[in-house]
Amino acid sequence: MPRVIRRERLVPNIHLLEVEAPEIARKCQPGQFVIVMPDARGERIPLTIADWDRERGTVVCVFMAVGTTTRKLALLNAGDHVPIFAGPLGLPSDTGRVGTVLCAGGCFGIAAIHPLARAYKAAGNRVVVLVDVKADYLLYWRDKLERIADAFVVSSRDGLYGGTDFVPNHIREVLEREKIDRVVAVGCTYFMSSIAEATRPSGIKTLVSLNPIMVDGTGMCGACRVTVDGRTKFACVDGPDFDGHLVDWAELYARRKSYFDDEIRSLCAWEEERFP
Amino acid sequence: MSDQDAKDAISPSLAAEVLAEFEKDWRKDLRRAVPVKERLKTGRQPMPQRAADERNKDFSEVNQGLSAEEAVAEARRCLDCAKPGCIAGCPVRIDIPSFIKLVEKGEFAAAAAKVREANSLPAVCGRVCPQETQCEEKCHLRKATGVAVGIGNLERFVSDYERREGGAVVPPLAPPTGHRVAVVGAGPSGLTVAGELARLGHKVTIFEALHEAGGVLVYGIPEFRLPKSILVAEVAYLERLGVEFRMNFIVGKTATIDDLRAEGYEAFFIGSGAGLPNFMKIPGENLVGVYSANEYLTRVNLMRAYDFPRYDTPVFPGRRAAVIGGGNVAMDSVRTAKRLGAEQALIIYRRSRTEMPARVEEVHHAEEEGIEFHFLTVPTRYIGDEHGRVKAMECLRMELGEPDASGRRRPVPVAGSEFTTEVDLVVVAIGQSPNPLIPQTTPGLGVGKWGTIDVDWATMATSLPGVYAGGDIARGGATVILAMGDARTAAAAMGRRLKNGSAG
Repeated sequence: MPRVIRRERLVPNIHLLEVEAPEIARKCQPGQFVIVMPDARGERIPLTIADWDRERGTVVCVFMAVGTTTRKLALLNAGDHVPIFAGPLGLPSDTGRVGTVLCAGGCFGIAAIHPLARAYKAAGNRVVVLVDVKADYLLYWRDKLERIADAFVVSSRDGLYGGTDFVPNHIREVLEREKIDRVVAVGCTYFMSSIAEATRPSGIKTLVSLNPIMVDGTGMCGACRVTVDGRTKFACVDGPDFDGHLVDWAELYARRKSYFDDEIRSLCAWEEERFP
Repeated sequence: MSDQDAKDAISPSLAAEVLAEFEKDWRKDLRRAVPVKERLKTGRQPMPQRAADERNKDFSEVNQGLSAEEAVAEARRCLDCAKPGCIAGCPVRIDIPSFIKLVEKGEFAAAAAKVREANSLPAVCGRVCPQETQCEEKCHLRKATGVAVGIGNLERFVSDYERREGGAVVPPLAPPTGHRVAVVGAGPSGLTVAGELARLGHKVTIFEALHEAGGVLVYGIPEFRLPKSILVAEVAYLERLGVEFRMNFIVGKTATIDDLRAEGYEAFFIGSGAGLPNFMKIPGENLVGVYSANEYLTRVNLMRAYDFPRYDTPVFPGRRAAVIGGGNVAMDSVRTAKRLGAEQALIIYRRSRTEMPARVEEVHHAEEEGIEFHFLTVPTRYIGDEHGRVKAMECLRMELGEPDASGRRRPVPVAGSEFTTEVDLVVVAIGQSPNPLIPQTTPGLGVGKWGTIDVDWATMATSLPGVYAGGDIARGGATVILAMGDARTAAAAMGRRLKNGSAG
């Protein structure tokens, strides 16, 4: 079973998980994900690959502890094993040379934007990184991203890093300041849809990394169906990247919330079992 | 009839083996011991099963298996024909009369070993094969009396006996050849190829994308029809043969066929299955509460959603559940919905009862368990509530027209017959397409128009040297036993190739 090399809390509720997975580390590309299951009775969930070390054979994911699965993951420590850490899945992102790219990451997506920003930069693009956090103390990986970025923007409600605006306004500001050729957004559904709406008037190509519920992650089950440009796509094999202006966001919201009540039940059951 | 079904007659070498067994003294004695007239008098031993209103509330197995006395009585019905029809009806060519006569003699372990010579998953096939259209259809007793020997029930009996007695005995293995074989997918075809090649002394590794071995046997077929403990025993047997399992390894993603070749694997078998669910492409199919059968069954079987919240994966129970389709997967889905508490569980099928592809026994069990069948009906759209959850479906009545390419009468819509009915769970079980991951990532691999891998049906060789394929990835959606038949053909060809260098 894959061994956990490191699990650390980056900021409250957001954790880093580094797992020994030499084949995945050798093969993975920006934009791909892994399917993780925390224990034998767990659920399979997709996590975007945030970094890797091909030499050491390790893969890094960053996640927010919200439901049963992620809380279980947040309790892992170096030396523990996870029964499933499978991938790399999904199509790699297109990170070719397009000019200036705005890479926007929100919450757990701040980490996921990292390999994309790095690849765009390596391909010769000017890279503007925008990170969105609810509060200043939730900002992580600033150094890592600032090293890559030609310009770095923080969107926070606290104002320590300047401004208390919501992310669409920050996007509009960036678009006013300079010519952006592409926007890439990774984060929660709300974050990505609000960015897609902010760029819709200008028509700037906006790629989003969708995060629907998945089971197998290999195209077998179809749980991750999303409607893009009126056609059904499987996010696991046709994505996860899609044109944000063509995604049926209302459907994605509804499907993401499919098991809302069950998620609460599951969490209560797990807490009762663990903390009687 | 296509190329893949054309292997009808049994080979001369097998015919000779069967005849040699037939002429053994003990067989003659047994034939003489009970006159044919006597054999014809006995009725088929019914399969003991749990009461319908008890079993439709849990996931324990429905069929309980024949007792030793019942099995012997059933075996006595077999006339031990000089020219048996049953063997040619079996895609893996089990010497059926020989194993049945061993049962009649009370030598159950020997009977199990006889089955295992041709079939590496007998406990599975005894439960899920469509015997009524295969071996039992060709049974001469059926032709004489209308009721075939219960071959499937006997196969199940001997394999269950073998497992209870400590599992299959590992046959003498050929000395290690040093050749390495990669098998993609731990489903029925992959497990079969692995077993055959391991016995020849080759080092076999099975790469499986999911976390449990079995493929459709574990994610698709429910516990009440095929208990998981059976798969566990079969996997343990293969491990005793020296087969290595690499789980959570997605060939095409974690490593490609070319990567594995570079690592030293010399021959490949692709049994990656029909892992891409079909939808009807009608409005509302992405509403919450509309599942593919693959997702629905995977949640319940592989992920144990029936034991939620002890297991973390949820599934909608549904109050009025509609399952679209008439095959075995549809029967499994609708009986699962009933077990998860649906007050009403419906089959919606566009043709009539006679065209249903499901096994007769499954349809019968479903009816006993209170499943409602709505024939000549097809959904045209699903209607959602304000939260995007399915609350109703609109359907159209059909009538049967002229036969189509499959020989079944084509359903034709009845104009103006639209009606709406309330549903809160829909499972779409209208078939699967081949999973595209390997064709997409294997340059040079010939693929047909429906996404199936092209093979030479005589050897199951693909367009790439040393790469073979079988089961649903080559057929596009068939049965466990046909996949296993492909696997035996492929294993024989792969064995020849490895033995002769790359010439085979």
